[in-house]
Amino acid sequence: MAVFQLPEWMALAPALIMAVTALALFVFDSISPRSTNRSLLAGTAAAGSLASLAVAVWFSTAGVGTPTIDGGLGEIEPIHGLVVDQLALYFMIVVAIVTALVAVASYDYLVDHAYQAEYYSLVMLAATGMSMMAAANSLVTIFIALELASLPSYALVAILKDNRGSVEAGLKYFLIGALSSAIFVYGISLVYGATGHLYLADIAAVIEAGGADGYGSLLGLGILMLIGGFAYKTASAPFHFWAPDAYEGAPAPISAFLSSASKAAGFVIAFRVFTEAFPVAATQELIGLDWTIAFVILAIVTMTIGNFAAATQNNVKRMLAYSSIGHAGYALIGLAALSADGGELVMGAAMMHLLVYGFMNTGAFLFVALAEHWDVGRTFEDYNGLSAQAPVACAALVVFMFSLAGVPPFAGFWSKYFLFTGAISIGSTAMLAVAAALVVNSALSLYYYSRLVKAVLIEDPLADRGALDQPTGLYAAIIVAAVMTVALLAGFGPIAEAATDAAAAALA
Amino acid sequence: MMIEALIAVALVGALVTFVAPNRIAGKLAFAISLVPVVLSLWLFTAFDGSGNALLEGSLAFESQYEWIQLGEYSISWFVGLDGISLPLVVLTTILTSAAIMSSWTPIDDRESQFYGLVLFIEANLIGVFAALDFFLWFIFWEAVLIPMYLLIGIWGGPRRKYAAIKFFVYTNVASLVMFGAFIALVFGLGDSVTSFALPEIATAMLNGGPDGFLGLEGTTLTSVVFIAMFLGFAVKVPVVPFHTWLPDAHVEAPTPASVLLAGVLLKMGTYALLRFNFTMFPGQVETYAVPIAAIAVISVIYGAMLALAQTDLKRIVAYSSVSSMGYVILGLIAYTQFGVGGATFQMVSHGFISGLMFMAVGVIYNATHTRLVTDMSGMADRMPIAVGILIAGAFGYMGLPLMSGFYGEFTIFFGAFQADFAYAPLFTSLAMFGIVIVAGYLLFALQRTVFGPYELETDYEVGRAPLHDIVPMFVLLGIIILLGVAPDLIFEMITDAVDPILSGGEQ
Repeated sequence: MAVFQLPEWMALAPALIMAVTALALFVFDSISPRSTNRSLLAGTAAAGSLASLAVAVWFSTAGVGTPTIDGGLGEIEPIHGLVVDQLALYFMIVVAIVTALVAVASYDYLVDHAYQAEYYSLVMLAATGMSMMAAANSLVTIFIALELASLPSYALVAILKDNRGSVEAGLKYFLIGALSSAIFVYGISLVYGATGHLYLADIAAVIEAGGADGYGSLLGLGILMLIGGFAYKTASAPFHFWAPDAYEGAPAPISAFLSSASKAAGFVIAFRVFTEAFPVAATQELIGLDWTIAFVILAIVTMTIGNFAAATQNNVKRMLAYSSIGHAGYALIGLAALSADGGELVMGAAMMHLLVYGFMNTGAFLFVALAEHWDVGRTFEDYNGLSAQAPVACAALVVFMFSLAGVPPFAGFWSKYFLFTGAISIGSTAMLAVAAALVVNSALSLYYYSRLVKAVLIEDPLADRGALDQPTGLYAAIIVAAVMTVALLAGFGPIAEAATDAAAAALA
Repeated sequence: MMIEALIAVALVGALVTFVAPNRIAGKLAFAISLVPVVLSLWLFTAFDGSGNALLEGSLAFESQYEWIQLGEYSISWFVGLDGISLPLVVLTTILTSAAIMSSWTPIDDRESQFYGLVLFIEANLIGVFAALDFFLWFIFWEAVLIPMYLLIGIWGGPRRKYAAIKFFVYTNVASLVMFGAFIALVFGLGDSVTSFALPEIATAMLNGGPDGFLGLEGTTLTSVVFIAMFLGFAVKVPVVPFHTWLPDAHVEAPTPASVLLAGVLLKMGTYALLRFNFTMFPGQVETYAVPIAAIAVISVIYGAMLALAQTDLKRIVAYSSVSSMGYVILGLIAYTQFGVGGATFQMVSHGFISGLMFMAVGVIYNATHTRLVTDMSGMADRMPIAVGILIAGAFGYMGLPLMSGFYGEFTIFFGAFQADFAYAPLFTSLAMFGIVIVAGYLLFALQRTVFGPYELETDYEVGRAPLHDIVPMFVLLGIIILLGVAPDLIFEMITDAVDPILSGGEQ
């Protein structure tokens, strides 16, 4: 297919479309600042993200990033520091999916809300940043993309200006974000100091050629600080504690956006930096430590903290926030396994998990958005007996919860299973410990996920609620997410293939 | 494609019913459920398979498509039927239709969701019996749990929440144990398998077994996996001491859920034991024959004793299921043609009989709103037909000749007597004593509830049961008698599929 008779910069189209949509929304806002034309605004944002999704899927299937010898088009690097390959496209797809779902769901969530155009353009700008994160392959572009994704997110969390929780959450998110950005930049400067390069491939070349000999501790410290930056963006330990507050205070669609898309974007830079810049063996020789050990520890700690904390929550949104930390721990297994043979299978499994997570977790948060729209309350008890009034939405919630828990017959089962077997088949002591932690935590997670199922389906409502309406946008987004969570069970083959191929290419 | 059609009809039917108005959901679900009945009966007549599905037998209605290829293993959509699974599929479809019709009276809340879930269970049960790829099988296996949990939890009795969560936790933990063990086994088999297709794994097991995994020697691994899988399935069956979830689940479950639970869900456990433990691990079956036979006999006797102590009709029937499943385990461990064949026959037979019993108890409960033996007497006076069927079902349970229960139990005893393991005749004689206790508690309960002068503690007017409660019971009774008179209808295809197991894969 003649994709790249197009100019090379068009390879970045998935991100550019997001950016153009954001600008279009700005223009609209400057013409009509107080507009509440929800259909137009939400429609533009949804159309933009769907277009981005379509282009990313097209490029991915047309063979961008696959080796030229197999008839693919090879990686395309339109600008020094931004590369479009299978890994980038895969995560651009994840980001676009979540953005589209969030845009559609926000249509109802923002009824009677001021600053609608700003809201959508900030969402699109953040999505642009996340798409860029997927493509960035230099520490500078990574940092810029990271900030482009982060700054709109701070504003979005705090966008309910009259709501104390929202503002407080925005402030917390911002302060910790600023701190971790500082740490991240410091890490970049240390890596630069040790190797003299910012471009990931050059860093690797210097390390392998021995050009950084004698700067091992400097580099080690730099890597540690970079890990801190990723941990913040992916809501992993030790920088996870902002997540419950930010997700709880933020408007629920924004919680969905941050916990799914932002997390995935955080993981793609982690995958790219650690596969491209720091070759395991050479780096270990230099700094005297295998950096995958750090991820083994982080994975176990993160999933354990997330799941144990989630099990003790009474507030549904906080439970989902902690569960999101737990899932970051599962995805970290992909990084923990990178040193071993078969690491590409585990990294691929982590990528699959993030894609499935994009549907099931977004859907779960959107159900919370629906509950907020109905004004039923925040705790498990407040959700009691919802299924009698809203059977379809609750059926979707059952799908999300059991899929998050990794129970068949939903797509979450596959990705968790592949993570598990990937870790087992590597067979090192560290990976067996990780696999054991995964099983224990999954079993525990079933407790609190099924608690929500039990609340909506089995318990009797505490008080009579009025009739519940069926907001079109939220329902559409939730049903699409649920259908995809089920459909991916059957159609998991292509995703598994795409993810493992991308991981293998990144590791090659 | 016939199996796919069967599953698809039930799945689509479930979705349609789920969104249909409550008023018509029951009738609609029943009409939809008749399609799988007809289809499965057609499969029954058109069955052309032979041998065992896992042991190079020729499969009927086979289809296989690549699903996911990852690393060294491929996962496929792989379904097919042999003489063991086909009767169970027919049992599932007929019992589902009967269960749906029998819920018209008791279910009066959120009907469309109820019937949607019942059809969803049916689809997955068919899948469990037809799947020949481990993953496909496991997905169906687990997918049965969620709707059954909801059926008990939403439409159950007063302690429904406790019973539902107990059911879910017990069976789910058991599944995890079994799943982990089986994955370890497949990894231990190393290069000799490249997929999760059960026939391939069975062949590899019979041709030498695993090399070892995670530091365990091959033989140790095999034994560990055998025991773990046995325990995993034992919870589902259930055998003593893993049976405590069953009476709770049954007593709280609405009648149709009990019918499916006792009729088909318990058979998932024994079916899986037969397919996995007793087909893939002939060596371990021999090694552990005595302890397993002891568990079987204890289940038979202890289950029956527990039933003897109950005053709740539903609990009596529930505990007697534990006892009946003990016979199935005894037949399996006998490892003779009559033992294993009889056990399979008993799975089908017990499915129909226990389904019938639960329906009959349900009909009485619908009218009296009590199930306590002490609360009523002389019910035969007010609802002669329903009570007549209850009595017939009870005799089926006791093993009256010319009913299917007799043939199942007789062949099991016959087979177990010939078994090779130590003290087989002793174990068999002990188990046979269970029959006496069964007759004891059933007759005792019947005598107090249905005969004598009419009396009822609760304040309800009892009249004849409606026709739509009676019809499905008559159908089941007809099948029970048919299988009792002409057991070869299914016994021939069962033994045809069982023989290769006993000869270790030789045709």
